[in-house]
Amino acid sequence: MKGTEAFQELLPLLGDEPVVHANGFICRESFNLKDRPENFYMIGSMGLASSIGLGVALCKPDRKVIVLDGDGNVLMALGTLAMIAAEAPKNLVHVVIDNEVYESTGKQRTLSNTVPLEKIAKSSGYREVARVDKKEDIKPAFEKMLNSQGPGFLLIKVEPCFDHKTGRVTHTPEEITERFMKSLH
Amino acid sequence: MSSLTSQTFVDRLIRENFKFFTGVPCSLLSGVISHLEEVEDAKYIPSVREDSAVGLCAGAYLSGALPVLLMQNSGLGYCLNAFTSLNLIYRIPVLVIMSWRGQGGKDAPEHIIMGDISQKLLETAGMDYSVLKPENFDQVLATAMQKINEEKLPYTLIIEKGLFDERH
Repeated sequence: MKGTEAFQELLPLLGDEPVVHANGFICRESFNLKDRPENFYMIGSMGLASSIGLGVALCKPDRKVIVLDGDGNVLMALGTLAMIAAEAPKNLVHVVIDNEVYESTGKQRTLSNTVPLEKIAKSSGYREVARVDKKEDIKPAFEKMLNSQGPGFLLIKVEPCFDHKTGRVTHTPEEITERFMKSLH
Repeated sequence: MSSLTSQTFVDRLIRENFKFFTGVPCSLLSGVISHLEEVEDAKYIPSVREDSAVGLCAGAYLSGALPVLLMQNSGLGYCLNAFTSLNLIYRIPVLVIMSWRGQGGKDAPEHIIMGDISQKLLETAGMDYSVLKPENFDQVLATAMQKINEEKLPYTLIIEKGLFDERH
């Protein structure tokens, strides 16, 4: 499955959950396919989507919180997987779109073709871990994860397909903060 | 005798509604962290790296909490990208409690350079700070609250060796 197809499957499954997006093509695909106030687009600070999402999940225990991450981001902040496992927020679902490359900078390889991220998550202590390779498996796997006790980790293996003509997020960072906070109240 | 102790410091921050604490320890902050682990009104979450703590604090702030990041100045290098490409441009404030190792060039070798440049780095990044003293606590806390609540920007309190008790 292509990366874009994973987003096309995943985004219609969202309700009002806050979603913290990793930088790069993750932000841009999601913004262009389905922009929503509950989306926090992290345009810089690579690696921190998972810790931002953990902070939201701990402070908003009654909301399901989603981190939409990439393999490069996860590898940059592997220690955060331990923090998530240790705090064990039941309301956190960590979705990783794994294309095995740094796609927005020109498809340089990451390490996730040889290092299975879902196994790292599992051994760190995430309660629910799943890996999907086929488009049709995304919906059941994500819905199961949403309805299970977290923290959950859903790895979606995709092929790179990012079209560099895909626009950047047009909201200013301050606007992103403002509307995201408003959507959480 | 100063009335500023780890305990009075933490209790005052909690009264100002800072209840979400995270960071990476420093011996100079060991008394503060020990007290945080004991109080019921605040939560202290161990972070694995200082930049992860910045992210955690950002998430807490976005959710309506007032976060505090505790770290040694050695962690400032790890945090600079997070401060400049997250907090400063998104207007996500955080109160940073940063211990000052290497002050005056008298410390272990690994602390000397950062001890000399940490304040310059904050200034270069356009981030305001104060060196905390027992006699200026009220005033710097008021400045910090103004920075955080009005300007929505981070503020750093620098902690010198000997200000707080060490428990190790």
